[in-house]
Amino acid sequence: MTEDEDFTTDVAVIGAGPVGLFAVFECGMLKMRCHLIDALPAIGGQCTALYPEKPIYDIPAAPELSAAELVDRLHRQIAPFAPQFHLDQQVVALQRAGDTWELVTSRGIRIRARAVIVAAGAGAFGPNRPPLADIEDYEGRCVHYLVTERARFRGQRLVIAGGGDSAVDWAIALADEAAEVHLVHRRERFRAAPESVDRLHQLVAEGRIQLVIPYQLAGLEGDGTRLSGVLVKTLDGDQRRIPADHLLAFFGLATRLGPINDWGLGARNGVVPVEPATCATSAPGVFAVGDIAGYPHKLKLILTGFAEAAHAAHAAFAFVYPDRALHFEYSTSTGVPGRESA
Amino acid sequence: MPIIHVTTVEGEALELQADSGRSVMEVVKANDLPMLAACGGALACATCHVIVDPDWYDRLQPPSEDEEDLLDTAHGLTSTSRLGCQILMREELDGIRVCLTPMD
Repeated sequence: MTEDEDFTTDVAVIGAGPVGLFAVFECGMLKMRCHLIDALPAIGGQCTALYPEKPIYDIPAAPELSAAELVDRLHRQIAPFAPQFHLDQQVVALQRAGDTWELVTSRGIRIRARAVIVAAGAGAFGPNRPPLADIEDYEGRCVHYLVTERARFRGQRLVIAGGGDSAVDWAIALADEAAEVHLVHRRERFRAAPESVDRLHQLVAEGRIQLVIPYQLAGLEGDGTRLSGVLVKTLDGDQRRIPADHLLAFFGLATRLGPINDWGLGARNGVVPVEPATCATSAPGVFAVGDIAGYPHKLKLILTGFAEAAHAAHAAFAFVYPDRALHFEYSTSTGVPGRESA
Repeated sequence: MPIIHVTTVEGEALELQADSGRSVMEVVKANDLPMLAACGGALACATCHVIVDPDWYDRLQPPSEDEEDLLDTAHGLTSTSRLGCQILMREELDGIRVCLTPMD
């Protein structure tokens, strides 16, 4: 998909997790406008993707708060600065363009910014793909990580893999229209809603879903375009082949550092080294904050990331307003520009 | 100080010093070895998946249901797969052997 749009802004923030969101606040207080880019379709990063319901206890002045609530509050906190979000797309290139940086996203959007704050956590979230040989050749056609169009599975032989709600719910939902549904899981227990698991076992008893337990995915069979079978094996190595037209793999989300390794920031094992007091990377005008930023004795905490966001914003000011001295002010004196007072 | 024998995905054998009370994941990360450990030990992902030597597996505390649920999302599981963040080092585990798993 190409939206073919160009933007110019003060600061581009890569990653809309809690730390990226708070970076918008810190930049906003210094009158720097931000664009935020994230691979997920929703803001919040890991807090949204991995543990929205988990309570967090170490956010100052919030004795207990779910990860989802934390994200919601940050969203409200930055609303006065009207950041522009570019979600569901990954930054695929970051390059110097004169005295600015140019970012290109996977949807073809170009953003020019005076400074860049990389708040990419453990990398961009995408489907947790099973590491099967040649799987890329079948993706989108015969291998799926989400169901967008269930009609395409009518009369087809399906292998569904995974043990969570998505795997169980889609096995149930597609049992009617598919020719065959095999559900591959590594153990007896499914981590899905109890009523779904009951329904699953009912359909298994009726012979409309075949359970393939305890197996995990081992390989794909096909001509490189169309799938003909899925290989599965037990932990003891006992292998079998299930004839299939489609594989639906539901193993949740996984992060990939992806192109960040190629941006000349010295990333190593998922960490971009920074100067701790400014969060400056080796590239002038590019800062890294949160889990992806590394320095000796780094504490990977959301609260550390918040402080890093403040440091990075203050250091980025010199790149956005090179001719202006930064007059330091507290939010108690300035208020929040654009925010209606209560 | 207990020692962890770590074999990397490439087959390199290493001996790591592990303070008691630190997790295998923390020790592996502290030694700058390839392991994503995306959630940082919050028991919210499976990217610190390690394969424990069968001789050592039964000496560990059994995995919690939460850990089992996350192992469901790991690939290349074995009967001695564990999450590195859930193995806390103590004197009795001195000499434990684990293999790392591919990062991607």
